[in-house]
Amino acid sequence: MKQKATKVETTKVKKMMLILSKATIDNVYACFILANGARMEGIEAEIFFTFFGLEAVQKKKIEHLHVATVGNPAMHIPTLLGGLPGMESFATNMMKKEMEKLDIPPVGEFIEILEASGAKLWACKLAMDMFHLKREDLVDEISDVITVGEFYTKAQGDNTHLMFI
Amino acid sequence: MTDQGYLTDLNDWSREVATNIAEEEEISLTEEHWPVLEYLQNQHKQEIPLTIRKVGKSGIVDIKGFYALFPGGPLKKASRIAGIPKPASCI
Repeated sequence: MKQKATKVETTKVKKMMLILSKATIDNVYACFILANGARMEGIEAEIFFTFFGLEAVQKKKIEHLHVATVGNPAMHIPTLLGGLPGMESFATNMMKKEMEKLDIPPVGEFIEILEASGAKLWACKLAMDMFHLKREDLVDEISDVITVGEFYTKAQGDNTHLMFI
Repeated sequence: MTDQGYLTDLNDWSREVATNIAEEEEISLTEEHWPVLEYLQNQHKQEIPLTIRKVGKSGIVDIKGFYALFPGGPLKKASRIAGIPKPASCI
């Protein structure tokens, strides 16, 4: 019996390391819900924002994230139609309304919730340099700007899972 | 009680029962815990689905405080101690 209990303990997920590389709102939410869901289960969660994922934590961009209506087969609308002016805003607003009904917070508030829950948020140094971004361009909840090597160091330990979004 | 240790009937709940369940979760209940547990019970009675966000906006405890009071899975643990069903929420 005791042996069984030990086995359960060692196979439990202890830490989720999520890498967000995209800024379409569906990807951002997938990442945040996974991180928040981990914290709700008592699992540690850290997010590494890299490349376009950095848009989700830039003060100026945070309220302007969109769902992709072009090149997204799941939208089930013709590509030409998806490219019309206003289509992305329309689809994004529809999605935001549905999410609000389910009590899913807007991106900015979600970041505050993640920080309050103890999730760690990191910005990728290389992508910051590439996009000429400064620390002050990012929301205060970002813990630090780090290299990929430093991110891997933080991933050390048993039962850590890495996920690329 | 369900196989995951949640009470099936809130009428079976008392502060003593809550204290025992909390001990199993390695939480010793203080004066700060009770208002949160009562809030969860009231939400449950009104059939309002629980989320971390709602608890944070309740005016009773903020999200950081909620995690501090019930470490290692606050909504699940607090619901169990409050004698209400396991929350089905992902947020």
